[in-house]
Amino acid sequence: MIFIEDKEMVIPGDVLADDEYHSGRGTFKEDGKICSSLVGLVAVRDKKISVIPLQSKYIPKRGDVVIGEITDIRFSMWNLDINSPYSGILPASDVFGKEKRDLNRTFDVGDVLFLRVVDVDEVKKVKLGLKGRGLGKFRDGILIYITPTKVPRLIGKKGSMINMIKDETKCEVVVGQNGVVWVKGEPTMERVAEKVINMIEEQAHTSGLTDRVRNMLFELLGKEKPSEEPKEDEEQEEDVENGEELIQ
Amino acid sequence: MITIITNKDLGTGTEASQRADGRAFDELRPLKIEAGVLKRADGSAYLELGGNKVLVAVYGPRELHIRRLMQPNRAVLRCRYNMAPFSVDDRKRPGPDRRSVEISKITSEALTPAVFLEKFPRSTIDVFIEILEAEGGTRCAGITAASVALADAGVPMRDLVVSCAAGKADGQVVLDLSEVEDKDGEADVPVAIMPRTGEVTLLQSDGNLTAEEFEKALNLAIEGCKKISKEQKNAIIKRYGD
Repeated sequence: MIFIEDKEMVIPGDVLADDEYHSGRGTFKEDGKICSSLVGLVAVRDKKISVIPLQSKYIPKRGDVVIGEITDIRFSMWNLDINSPYSGILPASDVFGKEKRDLNRTFDVGDVLFLRVVDVDEVKKVKLGLKGRGLGKFRDGILIYITPTKVPRLIGKKGSMINMIKDETKCEVVVGQNGVVWVKGEPTMERVAEKVINMIEEQAHTSGLTDRVRNMLFELLGKEKPSEEPKEDEEQEEDVENGEELIQ
Repeated sequence: MITIITNKDLGTGTEASQRADGRAFDELRPLKIEAGVLKRADGSAYLELGGNKVLVAVYGPRELHIRRLMQPNRAVLRCRYNMAPFSVDDRKRPGPDRRSVEISKITSEALTPAVFLEKFPRSTIDVFIEILEAEGGTRCAGITAASVALADAGVPMRDLVVSCAAGKADGQVVLDLSEVEDKDGEADVPVAIMPRTGEVTLLQSDGNLTAEEFEKALNLAIEGCKKISKEQKNAIIKRYGD
């Protein structure tokens, strides 16, 4: 027995279904009933019920690519704020290898880096690394913070949404899975991108978003509106699993 | 956003009710809850219950820097209940006092059973309850608003904790005591529950009640909680439109 419909909005404590369903993300089982633990939208896949939260904090996971800001320099590592309840560490050995060098000279407090989560242990100590394509320090640009669960929505199906923003504003845009977005381009274009990204965050739970984003982009850029052609535009928030948007 | 309710509008003296403000024995004061009112907090809520005005901000889960408070297997839920100096008729001396320290503690204990703290080891969730205007029953208003703010912050919870008081005034067991009823009345019983399971997370009793009266007050308070619970749900759903 199921008590709700797909994509319905639920709040903590709402009873979603009976025992015959499986409890997915954002839900819990109590007395043979599946209940929601979050404010969010229900996603029913076969027999699995999950709730996609409308608001959340980033919990680091091994393999994620994130954007972090250096908050502290210690004897042999940097401390980074990764927009999460847990701060990350970047060991000096990961950057220098065996060589001994001055940490201050390489990265300073306030620098913004693009990193990979190398390991998260049971006490949530987050080890970060810089090895990989496109990883490294950002120069200039602005940072925009969004809710991590809305990252797939910002990227869109096969990057459709993010590529549209990149093409229209001529900005470089990098999205970390921790909900930090780095944008670099003409200052006016950066502002346009910021506005659009904030709009996407606000309206991530509504449908037909791509069209509205396109209209907003054209309006902000003072271009003519594109001809209204019907498009199949029902991105599934969940279908977009790769949050990796590396620098071109 | 804020509508001011004055006591003059309530009660014409012609009703059958014995209560000062003309309410029935099981009637709540006018209630309004709004979620997501603060931009910079992770979650927030504003609540009005009669003459009470309460603002709650939630931050977190976030990093806990105080080592001795840190729990290796779960988050800690810290609450601060604070009354504004202008919230009562006679200016309240600012800062924590015995009463607000107690309420901070019982609020945290009332909310803790509902929150999945074990999902965020070594971190903290901070709840700040500011009483802008007080007219009796602020601790219940604070707990009710705090759970809306926690839900707004995206903190995983088993249920929305809801709280309401009942008590005895003028020899009658009544729901949702106002300031005069609380001061001149015989007893005050604040209750917080998780409505889905009916678990009680807060139960205090101040004053003298017989066993029957206490049971009556408790049942009355639980009924009141269930009514308030509906408003909480509406407030969260309204936050995201439709």
